[in-house]
Amino acid sequence: MLLNASGCLDALAAPDVARQLDAFVTKTITPLPREGNAPPRIAETAHGMLNAIGLANPGRERFLAEQLPRLLELGVPVWVSVGGFCAADYAETCAALDGVDGVAAVELNLSCPNVDEAADSAAEIVAACRAATRLSLYAKLSAAHPDVAAVARAVAQAGADGLSLVNTLRGIALDRALRPVLARGSGGLSGPSLKPLALSAVHACYAATGLPIVGMGGVQTGRDALELLACGARDVALGTVLFADPDAPRRVRAELHDAAAEAGVASPEDAFALAHASRKRPGKDGKRPSLNAPGALVRSAGRGPLEDASARARSLPRPAHGRAQARERRPRPAGAAEEGPQGGQGSDRADPR
Amino acid sequence: MPRAHRRRVVGAERVGPYTLLRLDRGPLDPGAPGQFFMLEAPGRPLPRPFSLCLAPPGELAFLIEPVGPGTEALCALEPGDEIRVVGPLGRGYRLDVARPLLVGGGIGIAPLPWLSQALGRPPAVLGFRTAAHAEAAALLPGAEVVVDPVLVTDGIPSGLDLLACGPEPMLRALAARWPEAQLAWEAPMACGYGACYGCAVRIDGELKRLCVEGPVLSGHRLVCHVPGPGRETCPKEAAA
Ligand SMILES: Cc1cc2nc3c(=O)[nH]c(=O)nc-3n(C[C@H](O)[C@H](O)[C@H](O)COP(=O)(O)OP(=O)(O)OC[C@H]3O[C@@H](n4cnc5c(N)ncnc54)[C@H](O)[C@@H]3O)c2cc1C
Ligand SMILES: Cc1cc2nc3c(=O)[nH]c(=O)nc-3n(C[C@H](O)[C@H](O)[C@H](O)COP(=O)(O)O)c2cc1C
Ligand code: FES
Repeated sequence: MLLNASGCLDALAAPDVARQLDAFVTKTITPLPREGNAPPRIAETAHGMLNAIGLANPGRERFLAEQLPRLLELGVPVWVSVGGFCAADYAETCAALDGVDGVAAVELNLSCPNVDEAADSAAEIVAACRAATRLSLYAKLSAAHPDVAAVARAVAQAGADGLSLVNTLRGIALDRALRPVLARGSGGLSGPSLKPLALSAVHACYAATGLPIVGMGGVQTGRDALELLACGARDVALGTVLFADPDAPRRVRAELHDAAAEAGVASPEDAFALAHASRKRPGKDGKRPSLNAPGALVRSAGRGPLEDASARARSLPRPAHGRAQARERRPRPAGAAEEGPQGGQGSDRADPR
Repeated sequence: MPRAHRRRVVGAERVGPYTLLRLDRGPLDPGAPGQFFMLEAPGRPLPRPFSLCLAPPGELAFLIEPVGPGTEALCALEPGDEIRVVGPLGRGYRLDVARPLLVGGGIGIAPLPWLSQALGRPPAVLGFRTAAHAEAAALLPGAEVVVDPVLVTDGIPSGLDLLACGPEPMLRALAARWPEAQLAWEAPMACGYGACYGCAVRIDGELKRLCVEGPVLSGHRLVCHVPGPGRETCPKEAAA
């Protein structure tokens, strides 16, 4: 499945671009409106760009009243990116989205200003949201944390259904006179420079949790998307590449199949998790790998390489047809650990290595 | 709606210090005068915005001033090279004007030849830094030309409908005296189609995307680049 990265597309300004995607992810919505940072807000770097947009957004109320109804009319499943400054901020927005038909999933942007990306605070936010909504919850992390797999494990235990990896990393660009280009000084680095970090984060978090992962960071081509799948991403999101090429979703999708053929795998699905030592290349030993859940760019219901029946039953809602699954879920009390590895889900989170 | 097209370079001619880059038009619509296109800058991660300068049959022509890596790469293109092109984008000039006067400063001449054609060759005044830069005036035959230290804003009579493009100080000076003037502003742009929110400037007192609201705006909607390092304070902001 191909998505846009949050903050990299306005589906209302460019509906034709959004319609090329399997799901549209909104810009991060905060409880109150945010005007964003003073300009200049963007700077190009050698192999990417910096942005300091400052989470400009209309705020929860106006988003729900004015933007979301129009987004839902586009005919593309909508993922809402949720941000805030404390766990309650996130949970309140999740609660407000809970009953809204057509919202396919919530992505929790855990790299917000004032939000600590440490494992325990990330888990606290996810647990609060888990209690507030039945919607599928994706925790979005950056590669800034020295042990992103530990954060992934913590949010998985707190009830996250999936991970979005990765968000930007802080950087500075200087102008000719050696002053920062961005009014804010520093900004988030995105684009091709992020790709190796994204691959590594996806690789580590897949190994640590087996959760479905939306991989992103520097994807420009079908080959880049294929590499994320090989590291364990189920789905891929396009960010910075959309700025240069609004046709990127169509193009990347087409290139993906050629890239798979060039890599010697029959289809992009067959590349899923191939970069992990435990995964054998399909065909070599005459039988397909144990993966009965071919990712979802890669359409599947499973959540990990060692998926079991219980995992399948509560599997990731695919935006196109996942609403029913999401609906079946019951809200759980805050902090309930029933979905944690110690509960019924332990086996499917085993390290595939 | 933004769609990307790969277009071939059919010509790249020097016009003073500028380059007139001509692309095979293909299925692209030239759009309205004042609208812009995002051109791939070879070797750079992000495209760059350029106003359409001329629309010869079967072609789109852009006048480019080399000021940095992106514009330098574009000026180095040769016939046969291909680049990705997205556009036309944004809102251009309104053409429902009774007594138009085109005003250009430096590379701000870029959108005026196409605008002049649409308006039936109205009078125009152009200002340039040097005589070498003023060679670009050949693209707008009949225009009055002034060279620094004379300013274009010096001799403009009243009662005209101004349509202008040029450096920020020139646009501010025009906005102060002609609130109805149609002014083409600039801001750094990553996408040009409303996706990145990188081009936000203060318009009507709010941070809005210049690529969506503009780039052409009437003077009273004065664009304020909120002061960053090395930027002067917008007069309207300072007064507020
Ligand atoms: C709607 C629009 C239409 C334009 N039309 C034309 C045109 O027809 N012809 C033309 O030559 N140029 C035009 N420009 C400006 C052109 O896009 C920039 O000069 C170009 O992006 C600079 O890229 P660079 O890599 O060469 O330089 P950079 O290294 O990006 O910049 C060089 C210098 O210019 C400054 N700068 C860069 N971009 C901008 C900007 N957009 N506004 C103000 N300062 C900036 C930087 O701060 C730096 O000091 C237009 C800009 C906009 C927004
Ligand atoms: C201009 C811009 C705005 C962004 N805004 C958000 C945002 O609001 N919320 C969020 O979670 N990520 C945001 N991101 C990060 C992207 O979603 C993505 O994680 C990152 O850019 C890496 O992917 P890429 O290299 O393909 O761009 C933004 C990125 C850019 C470039
Ligand atoms: S340039 Fe991206 S929103 Fe205007």
